[in-house]
Amino acid sequence: MSVDGKEKRVKLTLKNISKSFYARKEIFEAVNNISIDVYENEFLVILGPGQCGKSVLLNIISGLEKPTAGEVKFPSNDEKKVGFVFQKTAVFPWKTVMQNVEFSQELKGVNKARRREQAQYLIELVGLKGFENSYPRQLSGGMKQRVGIARAYCSDPDILLMDEPFGALDAQTRYQMEEEVLRIWEKEKRTVIFVTNNIEEAVYLGDRIILLSECPASVKEIYTLEALQRPRDYVDTEFLRMRETIEKNMDLAL
Amino acid sequence: MKESEKIVSSVQIEEKKRAKEKIQLFLISAASVIVFLGIWEAAVRLSWVNSQFVCSPSEAFMAFVDKLTQPNPDGAVLGVHIWESLKLALIGYVAAAVIGVPLGLLLGYYHTFDKLVNPIFEIIRPIPPIAWIPLSVIWLGIGTTAKCFIIFLAAFVPCVINSYTGVKLTNSVLIDVAKTCGASRWKIFITVCTPSAMPLAFTGIRVALGNAWSTLVAAEMLSATAGLGYMIQQGRALGRSDIIIVGMLTIGVIGAVLTAVLNKLENRVIRWRAK
Repeated sequence: MSVDGKEKRVKLTLKNISKSFYARKEIFEAVNNISIDVYENEFLVILGPGQCGKSVLLNIISGLEKPTAGEVKFPSNDEKKVGFVFQKTAVFPWKTVMQNVEFSQELKGVNKARRREQAQYLIELVGLKGFENSYPRQLSGGMKQRVGIARAYCSDPDILLMDEPFGALDAQTRYQMEEEVLRIWEKEKRTVIFVTNNIEEAVYLGDRIILLSECPASVKEIYTLEALQRPRDYVDTEFLRMRETIEKNMDLAL
Repeated sequence: MKESEKIVSSVQIEEKKRAKEKIQLFLISAASVIVFLGIWEAAVRLSWVNSQFVCSPSEAFMAFVDKLTQPNPDGAVLGVHIWESLKLALIGYVAAAVIGVPLGLLLGYYHTFDKLVNPIFEIIRPIPPIAWIPLSVIWLGIGTTAKCFIIFLAAFVPCVINSYTGVKLTNSVLIDVAKTCGASRWKIFITVCTPSAMPLAFTGIRVALGNAWSTLVAAEMLSATAGLGYMIQQGRALGRSDIIIVGMLTIGVIGAVLTAVLNKLENRVIRWRAK
């Protein structure tokens, strides 16, 4: 594939990934034979109905779970560095905003002055300046998710994985966070894989949308949204048309 | 301007009302204590009860003042008794917390270790600490070590159980966060499970304090030459209800003070928790 005459570099390849669980003496198939190429610095949205195995797919990419079959390949280098933004607000309640953000660097043993400097930059990037020493209980849901994003960036990941990060937020905050995540991504380009069950969110954010079927999840369709100029408008005709196309094609969650 | 002044004055009135209510509630509590002491005093003075069995509060107070300086009739002044008891309780208690909390945390985290220790622990757990007194006398004699051992047992169990449960209740998403940040198994234990278990561990430490302090008296009643339990026991032998009551109240007050100190410490350690 090429844009602006430049060849797109493949950052990550999923090859024939399948995942089954053994639950209540029955084999439960969550993911069925998914193969995807993810390109460098693209914003890839994985869209699917609720409970369809999207999270399982992200867990496999991050290494939290092993696939039953297939493999995850990083062509550029063997060492994979992923940052994970979780569905539920997964900030450490006993750590301040600063300590949460610098967590991965602290684990690596980066010296304090250096990791503080980096964490400070990211805290300001996600708009939490002034809250460095606050504890999570003092923050709103949206602010906690900002901490989660800053923390994921702080490990300096090659790939950012976001698992329905705004699912628990109210509608207003959600729109605001969608804009924010794009602003941050424009400033600090990374390959992003963003999982959601919200079609509008998918069309607003994605360079490409991978539409998954209901369980067991398989790739149903891949949409390329390069025709849609950023910043996108929720009520633009092209936007609405794309939204409708996907809506018609999407399985219903039970 | 007028409007805002009105708001300020109405807020002030509200505040004054609240302060007044607070004083009223305090007065009710104080009145309850005073009435209780009054009835007690009257009951003794008017010979409603036999003064051989129970002294009046004023007599108890006199006995308290007396015991501050007088070693008679039980051999030591009150300060010595308190110190003796505190020493025992704190040695047994601190040992129980220092060993029990880490043990509970590790048991909660390492499954194999849990399965290894759990059956034995489950059998020992329901045995009341004072049931250990005969054995500990055989093993350790009737000295300080035996009493510390019994107190240790009383405080040990809640420390272990609560720390254990604290680790078990760690939010699994937080463990996943640490995993994706590249934390090793041991690092996850130290950086995620341990801090997450702290509120429950402290609950255990608080329960343990109560256990330790109440078991102390039982231990001292058996064999001692000083201590609050010993003092109460002597009071009984000499038929001095005033000494018994002074001993009992001292135990109560010190127990309350220790709990308050522990609460302060807990609030410092777990500052991140919502009040």
